[in-house]
Amino acid sequence: MKIGYPKNGKFGEFGGRYIPETLVPAVEELEEAYLKYKNDPGFKKELEYYLTQYAGRPTPLYYAKNLTESIGGAKIYLKREDLLHGGAHKINNTLGQALLAKRMKKKRIIAETGAGQHGVATAMACAALGLQSEVYMGYKDTQRQKLNVFRMKLLGSQVHEVKEGTQTLKDAINEAIRDWITNVKTTYYLLGSAVGPHPYPVMVRDFQSVIGKEIQEQMKKLRKKSPDAVVACVGGGSNAIGTFYPLIDEDTEMFGIEAGGLGIKTEHHSATLAAGSKGILHGMLTYLLQDKEGQILDTHSIAAGLDYPGVGPEHSYLKDSKRVRYETVSDKEAVQAFITLAKYEGIIPALESSHAVAHAIKKAKKMSKNETIVITLSGRGDKDVEVVQRYLDKNVKNSR
Amino acid sequence: MSRIQDKFRKLRANKQKALISYIVAGYPNEQGTISSVRGLVKGGTDIIELGLPFSDPLADGPVIQNASFEALKKGMSFNKFIKIVRRIRKETDIPLVLMTYSNLLYHRGYNKFLSAIKDAGIDGLILPDMAIDEAKEFLLEARKNNLDTIFLISPNTLPERIKKIADASSGFLYLVSVFGTTGVQRKFEDYTLHAIKAAKNIVSGKIPLAVGFGVSSPEQVKFIIQNGADAIIVGSAFLRLIEKTPQPKIEEKIRSFASDLKKATIYNKK
Repeated sequence: MKIGYPKNGKFGEFGGRYIPETLVPAVEELEEAYLKYKNDPGFKKELEYYLTQYAGRPTPLYYAKNLTESIGGAKIYLKREDLLHGGAHKINNTLGQALLAKRMKKKRIIAETGAGQHGVATAMACAALGLQSEVYMGYKDTQRQKLNVFRMKLLGSQVHEVKEGTQTLKDAINEAIRDWITNVKTTYYLLGSAVGPHPYPVMVRDFQSVIGKEIQEQMKKLRKKSPDAVVACVGGGSNAIGTFYPLIDEDTEMFGIEAGGLGIKTEHHSATLAAGSKGILHGMLTYLLQDKEGQILDTHSIAAGLDYPGVGPEHSYLKDSKRVRYETVSDKEAVQAFITLAKYEGIIPALESSHAVAHAIKKAKKMSKNETIVITLSGRGDKDVEVVQRYLDKNVKNSR
Repeated sequence: MSRIQDKFRKLRANKQKALISYIVAGYPNEQGTISSVRGLVKGGTDIIELGLPFSDPLADGPVIQNASFEALKKGMSFNKFIKIVRRIRKETDIPLVLMTYSNLLYHRGYNKFLSAIKDAGIDGLILPDMAIDEAKEFLLEARKNNLDTIFLISPNTLPERIKKIADASSGFLYLVSVFGTTGVQRKFEDYTLHAIKAAKNIVSGKIPLAVGFGVSSPEQVKFIIQNGADAIIVGSAFLRLIEKTPQPKIEEKIRSFASDLKKATIYNKK
């Protein structure tokens, strides 16, 4: 079941390299560098240093006692990636890739961002390591995540608003790829999720696998065994694959939660695995949300970080092989979970992570008190308070 | 022999180079496409590249992106594309190459897609995101349907790989002239000329070499041809012209511009 380093970049039939020829030498150079450094003691030591001293690893596995007792099912644990520097799991990957870019002697870093969390994490890693960074962000996302735009600028990054297409994450990726094609010799593309052409999906997975490894160690210390279930949200799917991958061969039920938006029977959701079909986008073969012609669809989620019509190819493989169950949570349920966790535990989760919280609450109810369920809390929700406030105002008005 | 190969054979016999012109099917609308094709043919274009628009054209610059989005907004679809090709085929025997992105083929099914376009009168395909390493099934089905497969090489493609790509290509080989997306380029740098020379050496006359991306003026056409290209591909410049021309005048404007470009391909080597 576990695919280590994928041969030809394939997870079963998924993944690969569907890219313009200009980028072929660039991904080959990247793969060569990654294979050279991923087990290099000097590289590992430096990454370890930045992960502990700069980002704040390891993160706690917190027993959510109040939430558990209010539900009366399995013991709920929170993997606190929200406590990392920058407020999200994204820094695990940006530090790894920025260190790699430095060894590849690339001075200019470009990145895409949806909610802004990857953009912020890129800007931080680049500032810390003395690299120049530029971030592409859909215009619609810059409007709903203004705070993160300001943070990126403050951290020394140049932010490019993308006004093409749907003006969200997918278009930000298109523009970043176009920039990369144009500046291929000098520029490193620091992709933020486990998507794109090989080797990005495996590389991002490896850098994020620190989440699952820590969960396993911490749970073994607490309970002498791996968790009975883990739940993570899936947009492109980097925090989820980082959570799942180290536990794939364990006796652990796994749930990847996609954005159900206004419902997967409507046109307003981002549930790629639940409602999509196979296709080719952003250099990979994977599940996509597309129309009957094969044109990519506009997606919706209250969580900008889940608002993407594709998904990492390894998730497509894990879905088809049935190792992971992919479910959906609606905007409404996510907002409820956002409020619930804040109220019971004093923790405001990112709206993305709130999708995982919502599903875990449903799942925990059906499990026994001796069992454990871990939620990967991929980020904190400070960035979302305005969005939630607006959502509540609107919906309270509507229900009057 | 395919229409494309036959065209290059005839051009060679007359010591001529080819002008390949790209337009987006359905832009500004179906009739506009037909008018553009008529202008291109009258102006002396040798091969027409017809773009089937895709929602995420990541190898294209702003001009082609915009034309693609506009065409899609007006309801451009695979069936409409087939209809346009059939209309064109009633009027002309000019070689027609389809340019689009891999997902539209994958989603419909390679064989279903390819047999339908062949039947309508398409002669070959260009897929800018179909790297040779992923092209096994596409190649197999294209061969079955007697369609030319035109792959791209870039100034940074290594010699060994150019050989491999040229072997998988038929009709012509497409050299991307610059690091960048499609669109207007002011001046070509030395690396473009090196790339043309290197590619010519490697393919050594086995397949015509066409150069595209960023070619927009007769001067540039002349320059690229003088440096060894067998064909020149112009796209964004035609689309910009279509963009600013009222529909009744499209045919004449396109004819006149194509004619200027074609003239620039003709020169006598000393």
